[in-house]
Amino acid sequence: MSNGTLNSNCPAGDIQSRWDNHKFSMKLVNPANKRKHSVIVVGTGLAGASASASMAELGYKVKAFTILDSPRRSHSIAAQGGINAAKNYPNDGDSIYRLFYDTVKGGDFRARESNVYRLAQISNNIIDQCVAQGVPFARDYGGLLANRSFGGAQVSRTFYARGQTGQQLLIGAYSALSRQVGLGKVDLHTRKEMLDLVVVNGKARGIITRDVTTGKIERHLADAVCLATGGYGNVYFLSTNAMNCNVTASWRAHKKGAYFANPCFTQIHPTCIPRSGDYQSKLTLMSESLRNDGRVWVPKEKGDHRRPNDIPEEERDYYLERIYPSFGNLVPRDVASRQAKFRVDEGRGVGPTGEAVYLDFLSAIKRDGEKAISEKYGNLFQMYEKITDENPYKVPMRIYPAVHYTMGGLWVDYNLQSNLPGLHVLGEANFSDHGANRLGASALMQGLADGYFVIPYTIGNYIASNTIEDVTVDHEAFKEAESTVRHRLDKIVAMNGSTTVDEIHRELGNIMWNHVGMSRTASGLKEAIEKIQTLREKFWVDGKIVGEANYKNAEVEKAGRVADFLELGELMAMDALTREESCGGHFREEHQTPENEAKRDDENFTHVAAWESTADNGGNKIEWQRHKEELDFEYVQPTQRSYK
Amino acid sequence: MGGTSEKTINLKLKIWKQNGPDDKGHFIEHEAKSVSTDMSFLEMMDVVNEDLVKAGKSPVEFDHDCREGICGACSMVINGNPHGPDTATTTCQLHMRRFQDGQTVVIEPFRARAFPVVRDLVVDRSAFDRIIQAGGFISVNTGNAQDANALPVPKVDADEAFASAACIGCGACVAVCKNASANLFVSAKITHLGLVPQGQAERDERARNMVQQMDQEGFGACTNTGACSAACPKEISLENIAQMNKDFLKASLKDRS
Ligand SMILES: Cc1cc2nc3c(=O)[nH]c(=O)nc-3n(C[C@H](O)[C@H](O)[C@H](O)COP(=O)(O)OP(=O)(O)OC[C@H]3O[C@@H](n4cnc5c(N)ncnc54)[C@H](O)[C@@H]3O)c2cc1C
Ligand code: FES
Repeated sequence: MSNGTLNSNCPAGDIQSRWDNHKFSMKLVNPANKRKHSVIVVGTGLAGASASASMAELGYKVKAFTILDSPRRSHSIAAQGGINAAKNYPNDGDSIYRLFYDTVKGGDFRARESNVYRLAQISNNIIDQCVAQGVPFARDYGGLLANRSFGGAQVSRTFYARGQTGQQLLIGAYSALSRQVGLGKVDLHTRKEMLDLVVVNGKARGIITRDVTTGKIERHLADAVCLATGGYGNVYFLSTNAMNCNVTASWRAHKKGAYFANPCFTQIHPTCIPRSGDYQSKLTLMSESLRNDGRVWVPKEKGDHRRPNDIPEEERDYYLERIYPSFGNLVPRDVASRQAKFRVDEGRGVGPTGEAVYLDFLSAIKRDGEKAISEKYGNLFQMYEKITDENPYKVPMRIYPAVHYTMGGLWVDYNLQSNLPGLHVLGEANFSDHGANRLGASALMQGLADGYFVIPYTIGNYIASNTIEDVTVDHEAFKEAESTVRHRLDKIVAMNGSTTVDEIHRELGNIMWNHVGMSRTASGLKEAIEKIQTLREKFWVDGKIVGEANYKNAEVEKAGRVADFLELGELMAMDALTREESCGGHFREEHQTPENEAKRDDENFTHVAAWESTADNGGNKIEWQRHKEELDFEYVQPTQRSYK
Repeated sequence: MGGTSEKTINLKLKIWKQNGPDDKGHFIEHEAKSVSTDMSFLEMMDVVNEDLVKAGKSPVEFDHDCREGICGACSMVINGNPHGPDTATTTCQLHMRRFQDGQTVVIEPFRARAFPVVRDLVVDRSAFDRIIQAGGFISVNTGNAQDANALPVPKVDADEAFASAACIGCGACVAVCKNASANLFVSAKITHLGLVPQGQAERDERARNMVQQMDQEGFGACTNTGACSAACPKEISLENIAQMNKDFLKASLKDRS
């Protein structure tokens, strides 16, 4: 890496046969030898549960870890809309190539073609596997699988299980994992949090965990380590992510040498229930499918405080339909979110906080009847009413964008291996296949592709082509990592100031949302970096923890995670500052077209930015070095996205 | 109306504190002042904890994650009801507008022999995982699947399988049951997998193994009162239990022959 350029290890040849050729050329581990090899998998969401189950089936000894009390609770459970696959069952013109093409374009040409093509190829196997496990996908009256169009896709390629697709897929992966646990092939550790990565002579060989119920610190050794620990959207405090989502596993690995790629690429989902007060703990997603029938509008006049139903048609601005006559309300997520923000910034936002726009179903109800609408969206309308106490059949929904997904993550090559040998990263935790913007229903696909169909092959290649040194958990590297963990916990427990961990986290969230959110400027980002540094100092000086670390103490857990977010936030701002272009979810105000659309700079930024942590004096000063992985587009020619 | 008609209320909370499985445990009292009726129950608990921390007191531990009613992590018995007073609602989806100004609210953990208390309102529900490990799956290794549309599944079966598979594994059924029976949870899984063609090969074995594990974990016998289904936030139907009994009986008869 002396020239600062990273090698993706993508196979050569035509794109259709790259993965097949690669599978053939990879080394194999003899079946009888597999049981002599062990793999640690951190995380039991879709990516981790599928990986653990599949590797155990092959014969590897797997140790799986999750912070939660059961693998089935992992954040993947909350996914609503569906999972894409190129089956083309509806015969509407879909193909592997089209799914590949849409994903590369949707990612605004900042993803790796080889990876995306493989993802599209594997997508079909995922659906087969899930059905075989008993996942009850929606079916039509002939008993065959139903599909819908999702997120503005022009073909119907999304498989779903009512509004609970993530739940059903995770239960499938969880049952496969449970079977291996029952067979004694997976050693499952619940309520254990990975607090450090152990690197022995340059190779990832283990982790240090803390049992969150007893505080016990443990060392775990294996031949290789896989992180499937999810995304880092909670750096914004408020997001649609589950409360325990965090960056700690990735961040600790980053501090041990793993590069963090494109940290500023975050997805802000346009249709979430707006926040209602300062006590707000998280935001709730309203599925994107609602935009198929809902019309987005704000009043034409600023500061119009009339009730929505009192505002006559001609005084409403259906701004998405106005600006994008051909895509209308179905423009991609990043575009819809940004336009909502523009309206709010103009002073035309609605609701008690002024930070919302309307999503109106009245014309759809007039057209199709209340019954038809309730059949499609009944459970979402009910959830909306439970939270807001308003009836969306009668009054337009109020929605606003919220942080939802992180495209950035630990850098991995085609084999899902980070730059640290032996460390593999799967699912939302890697920087993966979505470029600068992820399409709807593609995260579930990627998590399961990584876990069921990629890592089982590439882990074998790693193990077969490397000498795994014979070491024990008494090795110096384990001792050192454990003592770092203990030292940090001591520091946290000793915090005896006056500001709670949540207060600091909320403050960090405000900085991130205001300056590293939907729209970014050089001056705002510089301000964010300074503010985050100050806040980080305040955290260690004035943070407050009650109690000890040797029993279940959520404050201690949260403090460790917030400490890592306070570093990650700075890197995100830095990444956004150095990426002098707009692409996908990353919008720099300095780089826009006259029509306020994102303007890429392909000449200078057709690359992945992968950050190396170079200095940390244990206090406030952290330094990074930016590396590049150049991206080639051989098949899909970069063009300006247009949804007009 | 949300936000616009926001009210605040004051509540007297009686919250269970228990240091660990061997501690006797006791209630603490806490006045929750100016609680916005737009808050969720867990947001109210967040504020309580923030107040406790500021006062240098140990906060109340409770399980939660998605806060969207789908992960099954949140629990709590609120005024005697697992997940509180609303039907088909998890604690995280319960809102404070359901409570009256001045009301006393008693908050306890899910109590059952098979769910030992970890701390305060947090209980250990790993018995559920062990029941699934004993048979709550279809044995199909990755890569062994045929084309997904090769086996049509009648829509009614698929829909019913989904209804059973919608169980979130929270354990409210156990917490509400006088005998702390896990029949609703176990039967939902047996029914889900018994309704799809892929689940037939292991149907008998599955029923036998899961029921055996359930008994080993110390769950009690079914009371046949239906309290479980009434308390279930996902409204899992009692018919699942009838189906499980059938499957189990059939499996046991075969076993003897
Ligand atoms: C509300 C919502 C709806 C969504 N809907 C869709 C959709 O319809 N379609 C779609 O494709 N995508 C959707 N997504 C995105 C998708 O759900 C996620 O990207 C995906 O499920 C992530 O899976 P994962 O396995 O990578 O991680 P997760 O499911 O987040 O799992 C992470 C695991 O790692 C564990 N973990 C984390 N840190 C540690 C640590 N330090 N030590 C030990 N364990 C740790 C956690 O406990 C957990 O088990 C949605 C996301 C949200 C928020
Ligand atoms: S926190 Fe997930 S169901 Fe309540």
